[in-house]
Amino acid sequence: MNIKPNAYETIVGLEIHVELGTFSKMFCRCKNPTLADKPNTNTCPVCLGLPGALPYTNQQAIESCVKIALALNCEINNSSFFERKNYFYPDLAKGFQTSQYLHPFGEKGYLDIQVPVILGTRQLAETPESKNDPGQARINEASAKRARMTKMINKRVGITRVHMEEDTGKLMHSTVDGKEVSLIDFNRSGVPLVEIVTEPDIRSGEEAKIFLTELQKIIRYLGVSDADMEKGHMRLEPNISLRVVGEAELPPYKVEVKNINSFRFVEKAIKFEEIRHKELLDKGEIPVQETRGWNEFKNKTVSQRSKEEAHDYRYFPEPDIPPIEFSDEQIKKIKESIPELPSIRVQRFEVDYGIKQYDAQILTKEKSLADYFEQAVEIGKEHKVNPQKIAGFIINKKINIDQVLPATLIKEILEASSMESINEDKLQNAIKQVLGENSQAVTDYKLGKTQVVGFLMGMVKRTLPEAKNNDQIREKVIEMLE
Amino acid sequence: MDITNFTISDILNGYKEKKFSVGEIIKFYLERIDKLNPELNAFVTIDENAIKNAKDLDNSLARKRFNSQPLFGIPLGIKDMFLTKDVRTTAGSKVLENYIPPYSATAVTKLIDAGAISLGKLNCDAWAHGSSGENSDFGNTLNPWNKDYVPGGSSSGSAVSVAASLVPFATGTDTGGSIRLPASFTNTVGLKPTYGLVSRYGVIAMASSLDSIGHFTKTVEDSATILNVTAGADGYDSTVAKREKENYLKDLNKDIKGLKIGVPKEYVTNALDKDTKQVFEKSIKTLGDLGAEVIEVSLPNTDYAIATYYIIQPSEVSSNLARYDGIRFGNDRSYFGKEAKRRIMLGTFTLSSGYYDAYYKKAMQVRTLIIKDFTDVFSKVDALVAPVSPTPAWKFGSKNDPLQMYLSDALTVPVNLAGIPAISVPAGFSENKLPIGIQFIGPHFSEKLLFQIGSSFEKKTEHYKQTPLLR
Repeated sequence: MNIKPNAYETIVGLEIHVELGTFSKMFCRCKNPTLADKPNTNTCPVCLGLPGALPYTNQQAIESCVKIALALNCEINNSSFFERKNYFYPDLAKGFQTSQYLHPFGEKGYLDIQVPVILGTRQLAETPESKNDPGQARINEASAKRARMTKMINKRVGITRVHMEEDTGKLMHSTVDGKEVSLIDFNRSGVPLVEIVTEPDIRSGEEAKIFLTELQKIIRYLGVSDADMEKGHMRLEPNISLRVVGEAELPPYKVEVKNINSFRFVEKAIKFEEIRHKELLDKGEIPVQETRGWNEFKNKTVSQRSKEEAHDYRYFPEPDIPPIEFSDEQIKKIKESIPELPSIRVQRFEVDYGIKQYDAQILTKEKSLADYFEQAVEIGKEHKVNPQKIAGFIINKKINIDQVLPATLIKEILEASSMESINEDKLQNAIKQVLGENSQAVTDYKLGKTQVVGFLMGMVKRTLPEAKNNDQIREKVIEMLE
Repeated sequence: MDITNFTISDILNGYKEKKFSVGEIIKFYLERIDKLNPELNAFVTIDENAIKNAKDLDNSLARKRFNSQPLFGIPLGIKDMFLTKDVRTTAGSKVLENYIPPYSATAVTKLIDAGAISLGKLNCDAWAHGSSGENSDFGNTLNPWNKDYVPGGSSSGSAVSVAASLVPFATGTDTGGSIRLPASFTNTVGLKPTYGLVSRYGVIAMASSLDSIGHFTKTVEDSATILNVTAGADGYDSTVAKREKENYLKDLNKDIKGLKIGVPKEYVTNALDKDTKQVFEKSIKTLGDLGAEVIEVSLPNTDYAIATYYIIQPSEVSSNLARYDGIRFGNDRSYFGKEAKRRIMLGTFTLSSGYYDAYYKKAMQVRTLIIKDFTDVFSKVDALVAPVSPTPAWKFGSKNDPLQMYLSDALTVPVNLAGIPAISVPAGFSENKLPIGIQFIGPHFSEKLLFQIGSSFEKKTEHYKQTPLLR
């Protein structure tokens, strides 16, 4: 096989931290704080790391972590324990983070995602359909008129581990009485944190974004976290390297980009690194193994720490917390509490309700919306309203599901459709009459004065007061004009 | 009335018979502290509220609580490893020279809630690192039996405060012998409970998997009275087992006829000092006289205990002391003394990548073997009896080599590694009138049995009635 020396393949593994939305913190009874809380108001001896304080585990958090692991098809360790990760940082109250190393709660899982494969490209005229076609993934503005012809295929991303740990405090740099100072807010200290690590199975920034979107959906479905990026509920760290296409070994280096808070920035950071690594590799150099940060203002990554400064975390089993045992029965029980996940639900919506895949995907983005749709379908059955109509109505009319009850929704759908069907023949007659009485307007329209349509619509409505559906009238008037 | 050698039960009886008020008792002990502490240096902080707290108990309404509070009006000394809300807590280290905690340890809260009145905080080796008390940053505590000799550590102030009757009881911590050793050096009763019986919450951690929260008393009965108060889960220490509450006073008057008591041959070697050996042999004879069947047993891995302990303990120490960075409280790290620095260095090394398997992991494996030694032996005997220390107390400054100091814990650390309970009781004196103790060791949660044996032995020997001559 003839391989061009500069054809590279991107290798990405992701580390994702998810803050759980439990009532209290991981190892103490402090309330899990909100960003609105004043600094250092949700603290106690435990999360402040005061002398003598001991951790007391939050059972709800542990179960949430196991839920995530199960949803990601992980094997659950029947026996695992917490470990201490020792390092010094001012926001780390105890001088160590209670985490898991040797035996995470979940290991060896996977997540299936739908990724586009490029079949080829074609020149394409701007058509209404292409705007909405989900298969037409676009790369950038320059190729707007050349769409990739793509197909969605299933891709399995391996999950290395899912483990439980605690968050740190937050350092803030500010000026107090004219002096530059560093302040520490310990509200976040001890908030339950789940770390998810993937295998290096991801091949592009785009794939990373698809994976993260799917993961976020799952976490929200599980109800274990709002997974709100802006509130820092999810923090993302891609590990990026490049290898020559055709090689099987992992590259001899990797670059970690730390603490990114948006999927878009992950995608951008990966793309930025791809180009940077390629330039170095083409020159025969191997990129330095290091930790970099994403600068969202400069749209680039910047070096933070090289491998030589890497920590030795001196992990050892946390003696203050007894090992945590799960019986098969307990694991089964947690598994049963997991709701139907979005990827399965999309398929079921397509098969059971016969709705379009695109619509099914939109409706399953949030569990509450999918639940709402199903309630509406159930009520719709009695009135012979087909599910696709309900799906279309919810999506196109941007129904606020918190305000419109499913039963009300069905009523609205029925009203709207009654306006359409009953008057079909009557409408046609009325329009015929109006067009006959206003020949000047018809002539104007044919000369290109499309604004006369509005005038004609008004005349139709005057002739036929029960005609209320403007869309339908406009459509019919234009049809008959032409 | 001479109340110098009062036990807890003596004081409670006195209150019952209205021989004295709480205020009078507290005043008596505070005056004694005033007189003797400047030289003994057992207390590092006196609780300014003691007299007021005593007066509160003396009002007629409070006196009604006498029947519901098992430690009503009993003076208490607290090892300075226990956090006391609003009262300075130093851990014997200059790092916490001015540290005022915002909360109290569970054990302290339980004792106070039971009616005890704190007279103050007791000296100890800094961070509880030591076997002699000489590592305290607040000066040596002197042994009241002979002021040229160490009182034993790390709970040096606790042992001395009880031995010198500055308080009838004091709290202590035992990570490798820190209660039993000083108890045996001062003719007091020292209890190291089962790991996971008494909450460690609010007690400054030395080595978390080994730390045990116990106390010093004059008698075994008093020791049981205190454990009745301190034992049990508090919802803050996840290593405390949830178990049904026991009454530790229940079997105190039961005889020990027919009990099988083992003597581990590895504990009675030629390394044992002549006087210690003599006292020990006499004690075995006493146990026989009391009807127990004393047999020789073997704990084959005893020799590895010190090495194992000096890997696990410093590893945990290095991590536990990381929070003392001077950012939020206390002084910075330059205030750590030599011994703490030594242990931080040792522990950091043994946990480092590349060394973990050879040291920490191996030590944990040996620890499992040591636990198995005890499990095996307790299938043959009900309890064990052994010397506490290979020698009686030594002179200040005579053990300058840290390794020699570490070896003085050879007979106490196996119990900590196994997490089982042990009680040190007075057993006699050396030729030059230094106290010598012996320890009874039992399986997990066998405290009631240990009190039963200890009490029988104590009633027969009555060594506790001997007190040091103090002016």
